[in-house]
Amino acid sequence: MNNAVTTSWKQWLLTDEPDSRFQARSGRLYIAWRSFSRNHLAVFGLIIVVALILVALFAPWLSSHSPVGQNLQIRLSPPDATHWFGTDELGRDVYSRIAYGARTTLYIVGLVVIIVGPVGLLVGAIAGYFGGWVDAILMRITDVFLAFPRLILALAFVAALGPGIGNAIIAIAITAWPPYARVARAETITLRNSEFVDAARLQGASPLRIVARQIMPLCLSSVLVRLTLDMAGIILTAAGLGFLGLGAQPPLPEWGAMISTGRQYILDQWWVATFPGLAIFIVSLGFNLLGDGLRDVLDPKQS
Amino acid sequence: MSAPLLEVENLSVRFATPKGDIDAVRSISFQLGRERLGIVGESGSGKSVTAKAILGLVRAPGKVHADTLRFDGIDLLHQNERALRDIRGQRISMVMQDPKFSLNPVMKVGKQISEAIQAHGRIPSKVAIQKSIDMLNAVRIRDPEHVYHSYPHEVSGGMGQRIMLATMLATNPDLLIADEPTSALDVTVQTQVLAILDDLVSERGMGLIFVSHDLNLVASFCDRVLVMYAGRIVESCSASELRQAKHPYTIGLLDSLPRIDQQRTTLPTLQRDPAWLT
Amino acid sequence: MIRIDNLNVVFGRGDRSVHAVRNTNLEVEAGESFGLVGESGSGKTTVLRVIAGLIESWNGSVQVNDQDIRKQRGFESFRHTQMVFQDPYGALHPRHTVDTIVSEPARIHKLTYVEQRVTDVLLNVGLGSRFRYRYPHQLSGGQRQRVAIARALILQPRLLLLDEPTSALDVSVQAEVLNLLSKLREEHGLTYLLVSHDLAVVAHLCDRLAVMQHGRIVETMTAQQLRTNQPSHEYTRTLMKASEGYDRAHAASLFNMG
Repeated sequence: MNNAVTTSWKQWLLTDEPDSRFQARSGRLYIAWRSFSRNHLAVFGLIIVVALILVALFAPWLSSHSPVGQNLQIRLSPPDATHWFGTDELGRDVYSRIAYGARTTLYIVGLVVIIVGPVGLLVGAIAGYFGGWVDAILMRITDVFLAFPRLILALAFVAALGPGIGNAIIAIAITAWPPYARVARAETITLRNSEFVDAARLQGASPLRIVARQIMPLCLSSVLVRLTLDMAGIILTAAGLGFLGLGAQPPLPEWGAMISTGRQYILDQWWVATFPGLAIFIVSLGFNLLGDGLRDVLDPKQS
Repeated sequence: MSAPLLEVENLSVRFATPKGDIDAVRSISFQLGRERLGIVGESGSGKSVTAKAILGLVRAPGKVHADTLRFDGIDLLHQNERALRDIRGQRISMVMQDPKFSLNPVMKVGKQISEAIQAHGRIPSKVAIQKSIDMLNAVRIRDPEHVYHSYPHEVSGGMGQRIMLATMLATNPDLLIADEPTSALDVTVQTQVLAILDDLVSERGMGLIFVSHDLNLVASFCDRVLVMYAGRIVESCSASELRQAKHPYTIGLLDSLPRIDQQRTTLPTLQRDPAWLT
Repeated sequence: MIRIDNLNVVFGRGDRSVHAVRNTNLEVEAGESFGLVGESGSGKTTVLRVIAGLIESWNGSVQVNDQDIRKQRGFESFRHTQMVFQDPYGALHPRHTVDTIVSEPARIHKLTYVEQRVTDVLLNVGLGSRFRYRYPHQLSGGQRQRVAIARALILQPRLLLLDEPTSALDVSVQAEVLNLLSKLREEHGLTYLLVSHDLAVVAHLCDRLAVMQHGRIVETMTAQQLRTNQPSHEYTRTLMKASEGYDRAHAASLFNMG
């Protein structure tokens, strides 16, 4: 019975004669998924990312203690049955702080991506399609932002506006978007002379409509892959800012900040800094593997 | 009647894809002497795969099987890669469709010819260069010294194809396989390149396999014609007898071609009979 | 329907400039099927693209439907003139379904009953509903070209510009598409301007034709004249001979020409 249901689903997805746009799209997604899932490392990366999301979502239920509750009597105690990852210098449960820290990480990464992806894509596609002075102006603006080293700009920003997680996000986003504009522009330049773009012009489509409906969907894959691969860098930058005390402010748990405070205890109470470090490492790795897998599936040369 | 130059018996090529196995070539057999054989077919007929299979250029996931695949007595199926490499380029050469993709864009064309010559035997550079210029002359390129020092993007399509011919024939092979050699060229240039090919093949007594989708062209250039459909040979006849073809596919194909001298409101379209796939 | 006077198109500047079309005059009657024949670099495709409005820099006068195309190029003109491109693989957006591709022009022009129009035009080109939600990579070359034709027809144009519509197709499929084009022309009373390097295709589909070489029209004739071997210009005769296949004597004469 189970087999029959699965096969009929598969048939519905893989049919050569879809009855609706939804069916056609689902079919394509399914084929892409099958291709993706053949890459075991990529699936492993996906699992890590999904785990990050789940931990962030269910942090309150997954934690054993409050992430901010201090108990100076048990400060710096090693991992044991109650405190799986030990306690930090203020007696807070490291495990719970890592779980809640996942929320902070996801919050930062998520917001940066939402800002950076669309902005870069739009700027690049418009610059690439219109060319001429539009291209020149947009690309010079991009160059200006590209010239700033990420951490230095973040420092300057935060120095001007004050430390805090919001400002950290803005600082990272501002320096992160230019490469996406470049990528989108390069793709657009190859695409803008395609015959289907000519056909759209001949139908009377306005340039903006062409950019939105014809060109941007095709740049999406490259931008998506690049975003995923950049995630690791973004997490590390956020951690770096946290490490310098410029990102999330105490008592908000943030993995970078945790490493910073744990630094001084690293020789004797290694767990305070090591577990957040491991968390950053694993999540970065996960995004990298996922990004590699996505690139193999979405690479335009293969489609 | 000397031994055939190429003997192919029950050649099959199968590709394993995620969607199932594809039989690109299904048990075809033919022989070739020092003559011109045309292999005609549409896309998917297996004609190009056949050409590649002869040279051992079919890569995984493709698998080549044959009862016999013999070139001048040499069993091509059971040679190691090194031996095949010696044969390729020296005794069997291949010219493909677009010189843009066959010529190295960052190397001067003359050097590419010299390299081909020097790849098969210890030949001092000066001799190789002279031979290259001789070859450029043989393909009727005026001012061969100048062209020797040009890059591929600096020459026209027709000239690029002639340079390909020069490169491939520099080692004086016994058999030339040409896969759509003139399809990317303008019709007037096509005629010139074919004339050069005609002369060279005749002068050197080479065997030629001419793979193309153009029935008329093959019928007028070659001695014999093989028509392929879905991996099988459906017709085998001499070029002059093509109009009296027997297989419905060939007849259908010939009929569906528009002709300048015929006025028909509707062209007869090919009715594909599933029986042809068996 | 089309009237071109003294058209000149130059690409590039200075040393690198290419004079693609030189002093070309052309007239196509309404309801006629006109062919432009030539090899690469003859300028035939450039002429087509100028009429379509895809090329902006040219000199001379080009009138479509008695209107100077420079002056009007309004929204309405897209409903009058449409184009079918050569490469069925590049002319369709790889991520759009057939339904999206064909309905897009109708949506841009805010037509009513888009669903019904799409169904009708797909039937008109011989594609049933089972093709409607496929992606281009799930279609054969002939099917893609039919989709391209459907896309061109959904706006119910009067003039169809065809850029080598069958050059990239297999021989057996070419006949089907040529038949389709004949049928559609008769059904809808369309005017065709067909560009091709293949004399036989042009002889089959067109009433009149012009032969172009190096940016100029060297000869104009009716299809009937072509069939009865009347063309006089040397270049036309060369093209005719070449379309018959390989001829050794002819090739030798080409070499003597240099």
